[in-house]
Amino acid sequence: MSTSQISPVEQKGAGVATYLDERVGSNGFLRRNLNKVFPDHWSFMLGEVALYSFIVVLLSGVYLTLFFKPSMVEVIYDGPYIPLKGVKMSEAYDSALNISFEVRGGLLMRQIHHWAALFFMTAIAVHMFRVFFTGAFRKPREMNWVVGVSLAMVALMAGFSGYSLPDDLLSGTGLRIAEGIVLSIPIIGTWASFLLFGGEFPGTDFISRLYGIHILLIPGILLALITVHLMMVWVQKHTQFPGPARTNNNVVGYPLMPIYMAKAGGFFFLVFGIIVIIAGLVQLNPIWIFGPYTPDQVSAGTQPDWYIGWLDGALRVMPNWEIQAFGYTLSLNILIPALVIPGIITTLLIAYPFIEAWASGDKREHHLLDRPRDAPTRTALGVMAITFYVLLWIGGGNDIIAVGFDLSINSVIWALRISLIVLPPIAFVITKRICLALQRRDREKLLHGRETGQIMRMPNGEFLEIHAPLNEEERAKIIAKPQVKPLPQPPETDSSGVRNPKLKKDKRRAKISQFLFGDTIAAPTGEEIAHADEHLAHEVIEDAPVMAEEEALQIAHDGSVLESPGTSGKS
Amino acid sequence: MSDSKDLTPASSGAPATTSDTQQALRPGAWPRAEVEHHLRRTDTDPRAQKRAVRQVSTMFLLSALMVVLFIVAFIAIPRDAVITLPYIGAIGALNAAMGVTFGLAIFLIGAGAVHWAKKLMSDVEVVQERHEMKTDADDTAVAADIYEVGKETSGFAKYPVIRRTMLLAMALVPIPFIVSLRDLWLTPPGVTTPSEELLVTLWKPGMRLVTDITYQPVRADDIPVGGLVNVVPADLPLVEEEEHNLNARAKAAAIVVRMTPDEIQSQQGEGWDYEGILAFSKICTHVGCPISLYQQRTHELLCPCHQSTFNLADSANVVFGPAARRMPQLPITVDDEGYLVAVSDFKEPVGPSFWELKESYS
Ligand code: HEM
Ligand code: FES
Repeated sequence: MSTSQISPVEQKGAGVATYLDERVGSNGFLRRNLNKVFPDHWSFMLGEVALYSFIVVLLSGVYLTLFFKPSMVEVIYDGPYIPLKGVKMSEAYDSALNISFEVRGGLLMRQIHHWAALFFMTAIAVHMFRVFFTGAFRKPREMNWVVGVSLAMVALMAGFSGYSLPDDLLSGTGLRIAEGIVLSIPIIGTWASFLLFGGEFPGTDFISRLYGIHILLIPGILLALITVHLMMVWVQKHTQFPGPARTNNNVVGYPLMPIYMAKAGGFFFLVFGIIVIIAGLVQLNPIWIFGPYTPDQVSAGTQPDWYIGWLDGALRVMPNWEIQAFGYTLSLNILIPALVIPGIITTLLIAYPFIEAWASGDKREHHLLDRPRDAPTRTALGVMAITFYVLLWIGGGNDIIAVGFDLSINSVIWALRISLIVLPPIAFVITKRICLALQRRDREKLLHGRETGQIMRMPNGEFLEIHAPLNEEERAKIIAKPQVKPLPQPPETDSSGVRNPKLKKDKRRAKISQFLFGDTIAAPTGEEIAHADEHLAHEVIEDAPVMAEEEALQIAHDGSVLESPGTSGKS
Repeated sequence: MSDSKDLTPASSGAPATTSDTQQALRPGAWPRAEVEHHLRRTDTDPRAQKRAVRQVSTMFLLSALMVVLFIVAFIAIPRDAVITLPYIGAIGALNAAMGVTFGLAIFLIGAGAVHWAKKLMSDVEVVQERHEMKTDADDTAVAADIYEVGKETSGFAKYPVIRRTMLLAMALVPIPFIVSLRDLWLTPPGVTTPSEELLVTLWKPGMRLVTDITYQPVRADDIPVGGLVNVVPADLPLVEEEEHNLNARAKAAAIVVRMTPDEIQSQQGEGWDYEGILAFSKICTHVGCPISLYQQRTHELLCPCHQSTFNLADSANVVFGPAARRMPQLPITVDDEGYLVAVSDFKEPVGPSFWELKESYS
């Protein structure tokens, strides 16, 4: 195995590598990491999309800082956009208009920044679903799940703080709502609001304060979290879907150098390029149409970015409960949708891997992903949560729905309130059934082979469909189904007859375990599979002569097989 | 394998030939996975291979061309030129041209790299073993021992008083930073708590109601039945001039509506209307959006933010929606010249509820 020619450039490169190695020992690091193996699956690219759009957000954001002026000082607009000429506005809005109309490439960068933010949020959400539904959060990756949930929350704040900056009517309205929510916090609400805004709303401090948060604090936190997130992926190695040659103890895929270098690196440019093209062609957030913010104007029918919509929807569907006692006011109508429900959702998200681990008593490492059908309760819980979320999100557009379908807002809200309670459990039941049905079908396939769609008529006139053995890929996937057993009922007393002091707790645990892992279609045992394989092989051999005489069988126009007289005597 | 046309790296090798399987792996390379592997056209057909090389380099070349086009667009297209595209409509030509050229320049690099990887780089899957994350027992024992030594030699366990005072000091040391945040709100003289400020607005006895944009005083006679006027206190322009902020407006903005006196079922105070003219705060009691949609037939005022609905003919009580408090009413009358004036400030807090509110006001 000879090495190829070394070019002068490579020689220089080797020189640099040596220089570095002599100072930081980098060659050992390269040796360990350059030929890491990564498994391939389209859904593993979702996290990459998130990462790459974050980089795009950083790059375009730095450009915007060169022109944007985070100031609420009042100025009179004197730019090229005629409808706003002579209008009083904040310097922030004025500079955002300048970026949009005067700076060549400014509007493009604004749109790149905003589109990339949307890509970022969307990719994070879908990536999270992928991780959830495949059980990728199980040991040893629970901590990375927690980092991921934190990332999602901080990203949401990044987006909200970003589109609040330009100080147009839409962004100011969003801030007003946020201020109303802060005011509702018990005991400290008014103080918190006054400290944030430097006094009463809107004041003149907030945009510059938010600016620091948006361009320094939040990106800093995101960067730190993303670094930790990726380092953990690196150290723990990526999970993989079950398949031929894949086990819980290996990674099957392509080496980083050169395949992943080219594919993942190339993918960055693909994502970046697509965002830029969309930003060039599709307008979003046309701030000049909304006009400058003023607290006594509002534009009806405008919508926040999609990732905020669900909070708005929660505020809309909430009944108007307010408690008045002991000289104080508790605004449940705001607290519950804006703080309590998001708090519960976040807590449940963070806790889920730990709940599952506790309820299964499973301490093993898991590197093979579950197919969603193989964890029916988890999948059903996930679909239930998504249903709840989507309903809230629809709630955020209830006025649009009411106008669109000519309904009263009242009836739309009531329909949503009822749906929020009724539909998620229905989604749970349906999803679980579908999962179990799919498991049953898998079992059938494993035991009786794949249906070939070829019909054969037996000498006695019976029609049979020919079953063929599964291919390696499919078989490996089905066989990999995890055998999670719910915890057994705890014994009332231990072996020496002493009453179990934790009986109640253990019983509850067994119950939750039963709920999470109890319903499943038993996978065939090794023996059954061996038997089935033998049978299938047999079937194929027996069928072989029939196949050989296929010419003798006439294929009807609809694809069924007619028997030709010559073969009828065959046994 | 010195033949430069052989594309498969030694670590994997495309078709499993005898020589291939017998070949020792390069150090550090992973063994090939026992999975089906299909040869690509580019693995077997030198012409297909050549074509792929051409395709990849063409993409890189086109990317460079796009950069040139971008610069041309940047210089040549005027800022206000507009083009109309199918499906998209009329958009800024400069923005579109820059976006498409720059975007394609970036995209084509990615497309080239991915095409290169898919067609020309080895597509043989390899296997890397995993190891448990857990450190082996020996190393763990050493780490624990190092900790023990540290604990003993430092006396961390031996001198609890040091330990506790240190923890106390560490717990307290961030407090100065937090205290320093107090002046995020520079409290004006005479004010002690935020809620005091929230409870008053610019309105005071005798203050004229003027229109919100042109600041014209409003004559009672000028408002038709069914009409709605957005108003602010007459002092507002002066105050805004002085304070350079929109705070006063955010609390004092109001609306005036007129109905026939017999349509009024109830008011928040006896005689607070003037001949069927009623004034209410414009700031929603839910979370503070300005309310703008008024249906004169039902006298309902609808907030565009979360659709809270108030019946202005019935003390502006909440008819529907998430708001809990009615919209505060401003008592009004007319001055000698027939212009609408406030009788007093609002008697109920405007805008969102907060903890310190003492009554339920509805
Ligand atoms: C980390 C995730 C980030 C997200 C999700 C995000 C999101 C947003 C959004 C949605 C806007 C509104 C844009 C518009 O339509 O006008 C915005 C504005 C802005 N962002 Fe970001 N951003 C992020 C990071 C950054 C960073 C790192 C910087 C700078 C270093 C930055 C600088 C700016 C500036 C200056 C504006 C206001 C400019 C304008 O609106 O014209 N952003 N951001
Ligand atoms: S602010 Fe008016 S309904 Fe929410």
